[in-house]
Amino acid sequence: MRATLSVMPALVAGIHAFLLRHQDEDGRVKPGHDGLGIAGARMTYIAKPKFHHPGLKKNELGYTHRDYEGKISTLCAGCGHDSITASIIEACYELSIEPHRVAKISGIGCSSKTPDYFLGNSHGFNSVHGRMPSVLTGANLANRDLIYLGVSGDGDSASIGFGQFAHSIRRGVNMTYIVENNGVYGLTKGQFSATADRGSKSKKGVTNTDNAIDLVAIALQLGATFVARSFSGDKTQLVPLIAAAIRHKGASFIDVISPCIAFNNHAGSTKSFDYVREHNDAVNRLDVLVGRDPIAVDYAPGTVQVVEQHDGSKIALRKIDADYDPHDRLGAQTFLARHAAKGQIVTGLLYVDPDAEDLHEHLNTVETPLNSLEADTLCPGSAVLDEINASLR
Amino acid sequence: MKPTDIAAPDYFHKVVDCQWACPAHTPVPEYIRLIAQGRYSDAYMINWKSNVFPGILGRTCDRPCEPACRRGRVEETPVAICRLKRVAADFKDDIKQRLPKPPPKNGKRVAFVGGGPASLTVARDLAPLGYHCTVFDADPEAGGMMRTQIPKFRLPNSVIDEETGYILGLGVEFKGGHRIESMKALLAEKYDAIFVGSGAPRGRELDIPGRKAAASHIHIGIEWLASVSFGHTDKIGKRVIVLGGGNTAMDCCRTARRLGGEEVKVVVRSGFEEMKASPWEKEDALHEDIPILNFLVPVAFIHDNGKLTGITFQKVKAEYDAKGRRNLVPSGEPDQTIACDDVLVAVGQENAFPWIEQDCGIEFDKWHMPKVDPKTFVSTNPKVFFGGDAAFGPKNIIWAVSHGHDAALSIHKMLSGEDITERPLPEVHVSSQKMGIHEWSYDNDISNDKRYKVPHRDKVIALKDIRAEVELGYDVKLALGEAERCLNCDVQTVFSTSLCIECDACADICPMDCITFTGNGEESDLRQRLKAPSAHPDQDLYVSSDLKTGRVMVKDEDVCLHCGLCAERCPTGAWDMQKYFIEMTYAGSTCPTKSRSAA
Repeated sequence: MRATLSVMPALVAGIHAFLLRHQDEDGRVKPGHDGLGIAGARMTYIAKPKFHHPGLKKNELGYTHRDYEGKISTLCAGCGHDSITASIIEACYELSIEPHRVAKISGIGCSSKTPDYFLGNSHGFNSVHGRMPSVLTGANLANRDLIYLGVSGDGDSASIGFGQFAHSIRRGVNMTYIVENNGVYGLTKGQFSATADRGSKSKKGVTNTDNAIDLVAIALQLGATFVARSFSGDKTQLVPLIAAAIRHKGASFIDVISPCIAFNNHAGSTKSFDYVREHNDAVNRLDVLVGRDPIAVDYAPGTVQVVEQHDGSKIALRKIDADYDPHDRLGAQTFLARHAAKGQIVTGLLYVDPDAEDLHEHLNTVETPLNSLEADTLCPGSAVLDEINASLR
Repeated sequence: MKPTDIAAPDYFHKVVDCQWACPAHTPVPEYIRLIAQGRYSDAYMINWKSNVFPGILGRTCDRPCEPACRRGRVEETPVAICRLKRVAADFKDDIKQRLPKPPPKNGKRVAFVGGGPASLTVARDLAPLGYHCTVFDADPEAGGMMRTQIPKFRLPNSVIDEETGYILGLGVEFKGGHRIESMKALLAEKYDAIFVGSGAPRGRELDIPGRKAAASHIHIGIEWLASVSFGHTDKIGKRVIVLGGGNTAMDCCRTARRLGGEEVKVVVRSGFEEMKASPWEKEDALHEDIPILNFLVPVAFIHDNGKLTGITFQKVKAEYDAKGRRNLVPSGEPDQTIACDDVLVAVGQENAFPWIEQDCGIEFDKWHMPKVDPKTFVSTNPKVFFGGDAAFGPKNIIWAVSHGHDAALSIHKMLSGEDITERPLPEVHVSSQKMGIHEWSYDNDISNDKRYKVPHRDKVIALKDIRAEVELGYDVKLALGEAERCLNCDVQTVFSTSLCIECDACADICPMDCITFTGNGEESDLRQRLKAPSAHPDQDLYVSSDLKTGRVMVKDEDVCLHCGLCAERCPTGAWDMQKYFIEMTYAGSTCPTKSRSAA
């Protein structure tokens, strides 16, 4: 007779281990009982229960926000990245995006695992370390009709993929590029990454002596047409930023500070929950207004700036800093530098060009996605080729 | 809102909806887990302590727990709590060794009038404390209405014998066939206390024309059921009309089907939906081809020189007045006469105390009911206590049990020279169920299964034998499937404000959107600002004290699955899953210490 050491829920608190004989009358007839096995064997999370709140609202497509979820996260408990995942889910739900119209592309790292945890019914590509921007650019060129979500981290985008990041922004690829920025290499136990601030302390107390790359400053300099920074612990700011970025045509870049619970949430860190909350200088709050929704009128006059994007969606910016102008690229750069010098983290929608162009316009490609053109259109024959060759002689 | 005081024993008790709704406060999730583990005897003993008649109640209880069950707010149907209780009784081992041993007598004598569930509960609680308990009943065997009024095809005698036997085996003296005819005489026998658990033994009359003339074929429901139960009645006419819409009417019609009734009809005054019978009892009657005709008020028994031929009904309809009260008014359609050979009248039960003399010190109110304190169950005679249907009119077995526990506590306190109005608080245990990373002492994986049907005996066979139990009960496999539907609501989500770093992990993972971090406010305002709408204001909000950002954590207890994912995703252990166990106060419970704390 086969016998397994099993741990059973107990009448009173505590562990009751005993020999469980596999017998017909035992009653454990379902998987999950048979496989219970020894203590500690079940180290994975349970699947998130299918049940949802009976009163959940549905969007225009009839989906609840639960329909935009993916698999359950295997990141550390409390990871800031999971809040960003939840924010992406919320933003896609609010925009009533059809999940199959989204391509989510990532590289390598904790952050790059997250596309598995949202939009389970979307296209996805988990690429080589730092190569998300190239894969995304290629996919975008092949099928311009999809919504592109590039998800990356500070290692993936500020170190190994720094060049890739720069060129995708420079080219104006129509995408939402999200960096989940925790300032450390979480998967290799918390070494400083390239975005770690000079002077910040590691968990073991070592001070960082290298200068930090500010991806927001670089993105502004490289001509990104939607630039924002936010914080994983502030969904009221983050969700509309992601929604606005998705609706923006052109290169949208969002740097999201996302505390690493395991290696970068201690005193001395500049990317901890406490530090970011204390030094967060939000320039504005925004609401994304899509379609027929009228702009809410309960704002005090003069405090709201409405930005209309190319597709007719509107962003209502509630100014917090009265002098901040999100259409002034140069002003944004100096504002950012001035506040960084004071140790403040500027968040909000920092720059937006509502009339931006994207790579397809620069290249003058056809409206029809290349992947749906028929062979005779893509390859019109030797006569056309001769014509082109002749024009170049 | 003020931070929730989870140390108050009632707060977490209310979260365990089933237990809170049960008059005896049986720890339902606790015994369901034991059933899932195959520990049927343990599950039985938990029930036995709390509700005294697990096998009987597992077949007949009115199940106040099931409409309360959280599962019913999450999906269509609650957990089949009642039938799982029966599983514990069906599959347990011999539990006699676990019962209290008859102790040396303490010299105090208590008399019981009636041997039904209320009296037997009191005796069960008092006998192990050394009281000499003497139970008087007019019937030869113990059980009262459980034995006489509930048909054997729902509750076999063997189950009644077993569970009444456990109590009588505690050294309780049972005097069957001994009807108490005079309270005065009983008082004269100098018992230290008397408990009256004589039920509501009189079926209500239906005094309409023809009642007296056709009396030989008009039977009072509960009397007829008792007569069937004792084997005095074994047949009925082919065409039977049952008047009344309660559970007794359902028992009458189904019994009639088994004694030769071929065309059995139930006729009710009200609409079908408003009938007092439990939905499942109506279902069982319909399943046995018994139509239920509604909105018909009987106006006369029709007879041919004393031989019943039918009943004439007036057709009515429901009208609602400004206050929403229903009135049945004539619909204006012509009266309808339904032919029949026999009528069973099951239009209600009444109390009757012709045997209590006026000068016994027991006062009665204007409805001829004894004046009984609803907490202590004492009458105006400090030595005489009432419980069950005898105290506050017809209810269910589980209420009688609940009364019995409270009355036993009063009797014990009185005979110990204590103030019976002082009721000791229940004892509460709250303990963490964490066993490792992502490991809990309970199965937190939520089953998506729908409610399992209890297998029934084939109808043709069931209708031929009045003693053949219709419900066969769950087998082990079905019981496990059903047990896994339980959401373990007694494993509470406990929040520690000081540990929370407001990372939102719990709010993000919660499958039911129960958790919101937001600014504090009045309850009505907070309920508007939750992540998911608050549909049931009777379900509490669990509110933390102020967090670092000045916000508070608000958890709507309403549809929490107790899956523990909030605690699994919490990086600091600010959430923990802790099992809440409440020990109700019974006679002989020692007083809990003052320093109780929940977390």
